[in-house]
Amino acid sequence: MLVAGRTGTLLLLLGAAVVASMPWWASSYHLQLASTALVSAMFALSLQLLVGGAGMVSLGHAAFFGVGAYAVYLLPPGLSIGLTLPAAALLAGVAALPVGALSLRTRGFFFLMVTLAFGQMLFFLFHDTPLGGGKDGVFVTRPAFEIFGLLWEVPRRQRAQVLLWVNLGLLIAMYAALAALMRTLFGHALLGIRANEDRMQALGYDTRRIKLVAFVIAGALAGISGHMWAMTEAFVNPEFLSWHRSAEALLMVLLGGIGALHGPILGAFAYVGLGEAATLITERQRLVEGLVFLAVVLLLPKGLAGLLPRGKEGGR
Amino acid sequence: MSALEAEALTRRFGGLTAVADVSLSIAVGELHAVIGPNGAGKSTLVNLLSGTLPPSSGRFRLGGQDVTGWPSWRLAQAGIGRSFQRTNVLREMSVFENVRLAAQAAGFAPGLWLRRAKRAAAPIEAARAALARVGLEREGIAGTLSHGELRLLEIAMALATHPRVLLLDEPLAGMGPEEGERVAALLKELARDHAVLLIEHDMDFVFAVADSMTVMVDGRVLEQGTPTAIRASDAVREAYLGTDA
Repeated sequence: MLVAGRTGTLLLLLGAAVVASMPWWASSYHLQLASTALVSAMFALSLQLLVGGAGMVSLGHAAFFGVGAYAVYLLPPGLSIGLTLPAAALLAGVAALPVGALSLRTRGFFFLMVTLAFGQMLFFLFHDTPLGGGKDGVFVTRPAFEIFGLLWEVPRRQRAQVLLWVNLGLLIAMYAALAALMRTLFGHALLGIRANEDRMQALGYDTRRIKLVAFVIAGALAGISGHMWAMTEAFVNPEFLSWHRSAEALLMVLLGGIGALHGPILGAFAYVGLGEAATLITERQRLVEGLVFLAVVLLLPKGLAGLLPRGKEGGR
Repeated sequence: MSALEAEALTRRFGGLTAVADVSLSIAVGELHAVIGPNGAGKSTLVNLLSGTLPPSSGRFRLGGQDVTGWPSWRLAQAGIGRSFQRTNVLREMSVFENVRLAAQAAGFAPGLWLRRAKRAAAPIEAARAALARVGLEREGIAGTLSHGELRLLEIAMALATHPRVLLLDEPLAGMGPEEGERVAALLKELARDHAVLLIEHDMDFVFAVADSMTVMVDGRVLEQGTPTAIRASDAVREAYLGTDA
């Protein structure tokens, strides 16, 4: 998979610097919006490991986002983020294990349908049982900013900016970790599976096991993004697990480009920005969004990432 | 001891028996050719021996171990390397990455998963060696190779997995005469340290390189033996060689 080249990385870092400086020039509303985009980018990035990494198109990925978000609700309030974040990742990863083990018996279109079914099952688990506090969602206490026993009391009016920085830092860490992962032997094997799974099997790769590991990692990362969403909004809702959100993330991946690791980040920001811009112009924002998506798909086969200078191809 | 031993392998597709009661054994250092008219079940046999298809009945052993019903990846790990009748490579990747991935597959244990691909020397060396052995010097994306070069790439990939048994399904198909001669020499050399099962239509070539042969017709073994014995067989001449001989 394409990892951003030197110029591309510089541009991405420039973008990160702009986002990091927002507390000094943007309204608190826009800080919130930027956090939303950052968390969406994390979620889409976790999906990219499946779609761009191994050619697995899942429509159930939001389930793990939702499990991560609900971890904040299910864990006792007042815990530190140093505890809740790994717990959310773990829970989501654990949920992804059986779902992946069963869905990966299929491929292609059937995989899409089976993940959709599992995703909706988890959605209804939180929607229709008392486990998740009801179908209308529920407010949660934000985990405390405390790492290694160091408690950081964040005053209320600084909360949005601190969350923005935490989300930005996590997104950068996630991108760096995935970029490193794709350079390993495991990452190369994944790309080989995306290119030609049958051939990889004939070479001696237990492709289902390799894909399952990727599926669990992607689930855990989706859990992290879900946790940060719950923490940013202080609210969780069964809708987090629904297939709409999975489809939205797929759209971000498509918009940004399947072939590039940084594609989903661009896609998420474009998606959130576009939705915002469209509401300024018209009440029929979905129409504007639809037209722009159509244009991107038709005019930019490599997505928005195709606009950045070419980098080196991992695995080529 | 034979490296590969098949015992009454049978594969049915509904009412059609594509491979019926085929038994054969190949030792390391032996090149065994399977010939037969189109539809005789030769490629199905290769698919059975490589685990792409499970057999309906019968058994087969690899180095004495019963491996019947193993999936293809496990058979590959156990020492079976194959090339495909229709070229099957990772077209969008580079020639080198194709072979490097093949080499990486050998003993790909989870403990190695997080090694940087660029720094993992063993598969890189093995890939270079395999490419050098088949004499493929091209670089770039695999999809841009000529037909003959792709056939060589197939063999290089099979070799890079360090197999004991090589199943080669029409490696010469569509090659020019010069390339063909090169591959013929390569096959003879490979047969020295591998057990090779070769499917090929070019009879002159087969009789020149094979140590032993199986003639298949309608999924069954018509005759087995040395090339000399096969050439002398009336049944083979009647059923198959008749038109040429």
